Amino acid sequence: MDVVEEHDIQDKPTKKKTKKPKKQPKPPHENGNESMIEKTEPEHVDPPAEFSFPPTFSVSEIKNKQRRHLMFMKLKQEKRKQKVAMKKKKKKERDALGDKAPPKEVPKTIENQRVYDETTVNPEDEEVAFDEGTDEFSAYFNRLTNPKVLITTSDRPRGRTVRFCNQLATVIPDAHVYYRRGLALKKVIPQCIARGFTYLLVINEDRKVPNGMVLCHLPDGPTAHFKVSSVRLRKEMKRRGKDPTEHSPEVILNNFTTRLGHNMGRLFAALFPHDPQFVGRQVATFHNQRDFIFFRFHRYIFKNEKRVGMQELGPRFTLKLRSLQKGTFDSKFGEYEWVLKRHENDVCRRRFNL
Amino acid sequence: MQHDDVIWDIIGNRAFCSFKVKTKVQNFCRNEYNITGLCNRSSCPLANSQYATIREEKGQCFLYMKVIERAAFPARMWEKVKLSKNYEKALEQIDQNLIYWPRFIRHKCKQRFTKITQYLIRIRKLTLKRQRKLVPLSRKVEAREKRKEEKALIAAQLDNAIEKELLERLKQGTYGDIYNFPIHAFDKALEHQDEESETDSEEEEEDDEDVGKKEFVAADEIEESDLSDFEDMDNLKAGSDEQEESSEEDESEEEMEEETEASGSKGKMPLKGAVFKKKRAYVEIEFEQETEPVPKSKAT
Repeated sequence: MDVVEEHDIQDKPTKKKTKKPKKQPKPPHENGNESMIEKTEPEHVDPPAEFSFPPTFSVSEIKNKQRRHLMFMKLKQEKRKQKVAMKKKKKKERDALGDKAPPKEVPKTIENQRVYDETTVNPEDEEVAFDEGTDEFSAYFNRLTNPKVLITTSDRPRGRTVRFCNQLATVIPDAHVYYRRGLALKKVIPQCIARGFTYLLVINEDRKVPNGMVLCHLPDGPTAHFKVSSVRLRKEMKRRGKDPTEHSPEVILNNFTTRLGHNMGRLFAALFPHDPQFVGRQVATFHNQRDFIFFRFHRYIFKNEKRVGMQELGPRFTLKLRSLQKGTFDSKFGEYEWVLKRHENDVCRRRFNL
Repeated sequence: MQHDDVIWDIIGNRAFCSFKVKTKVQNFCRNEYNITGLCNRSSCPLANSQYATIREEKGQCFLYMKVIERAAFPARMWEKVKLSKNYEKALEQIDQNLIYWPRFIRHKCKQRFTKITQYLIRIRKLTLKRQRKLVPLSRKVEAREKRKEEKALIAAQLDNAIEKELLERLKQGTYGDIYNFPIHAFDKALEHQDEESETDSEEEEEDDEDVGKKEFVAADEIEESDLSDFEDMDNLKAGSDEQEESSEEDESEEEMEEETEASGSKGKMPLKGAVFKKKRAYVEIEFEQETEPVPKSKAT
């Protein structure tokens, strides 16, 4: 109540100076004005600085930039000190309680706070299992076909893209790189099918850097279009091992939880042959985190049962799914299963699709 | 009155012409009716009262003509003739319409018409091929995505995740018999001991033999020994050869031990022994062999 009255008194003389009627410079002797947002805390703890803040004084009112900056720094220091003090206090309490102390709070992370997606796949879901038994990848998963991948680029690729394609070809067993001489994809696809390819991988290039990838499962399988980022070629890896050998690598797929994620997982899994050769000790990982799929290629060695040593070989890149289309590549008339729409997908920071 | 020379004198040389584009070497004319595109006395549509051009609209070519009789009527000044789509016929049309016209204009009209048809053909060819679609990138969005990616990478903790997955697979036995780590076999041995089947334990012991790991063998032997033995073992260093040689002896002794009733307690002790063991990897082995006879006597 007092606060309100004081506000009124002060209003008239100081109105011209201040733009916001809330924050009014008040005489220093008034304490504990809780209407002020910023200055309540420093009032409780008297700062051992050279001078104390007058309460209900907002830093943004100082016209002089340097002085304002100084005051702001001081304010920040104050807050930090208080935070540390709070932490210490809490720790003390916790120690004092000993066993009776409440369990440590789990910090909130984006993964914790993720909005539950109703398409999350339950491992025992029969419907999903049935779908997967009869979808386009069933041929692969029933061991009827072996993967054969055709890697190509957009028109006139530059050095970096070409090297990237070559390295990808070493990572994926049975992959062939072909130079795209201005051919239309729609014409390429029937030829690929005729020659028994199961996958078509097109790396799109922009300004001498690969930035997009179209992954098309061939005998009328789904087509996925990704945005490629953070491409690191083998030369740029630190502490890398020797070149990957011809052994089929193992595949690790992490965090593909929703239906869409499941489909992506199968899409990636079908790139590699069924039976990984454990002798080769190579592993390709597709790790999904917050809708970004990180690809890594390692050589591992078990030092003992509890420790594994890993050496990164091979290229690394990140993918972000832009669209998933039902049939083979057809941008005009295709039936899109899922399309990334920024206004739909980027609105909520806790909602992810994969 | 139309005084072409006067007009040219003014706009061409002295004063300003809004269609003129000056460069270091050349002067260009931006007037849409200009036939050559250069700023010349003979090409200027303003400074020539008898003039003709070819212009193209949506793939259709037209011949525009201007004569001095219509100079007073700007709205009707330009006569538009649609040219045939056939190249030769169109050239004939130009000739017919521009009969008795100065050579320069006729020639330039035909040249311009040729150029236009050529580029129209190229357009038609290109549209049949693949079009490259340019998608604009929003800088803010790109920056946001990049940042999100970095944060996601940090949150992913890839190395840990991959290692965990690999260890999981090792535990579940997807690698089969390629890797024979002691603890694995040891755990199996524990399970079998609980079932109290001798044959199983023998098999496990054989596995242990294959591996030849010091720790494992030592663990088994510690089963019945007292903690005090550990202290002795600490002082000496173990040799792997000795361990392997004695492994066979150990197995037989182990069999004897397992037959005793204290199998339950054994289950617990060996684990502790194993834990102890890891800290001092090669220390215990030798001594265990020496202490072998002691538990034996207890058993019997």
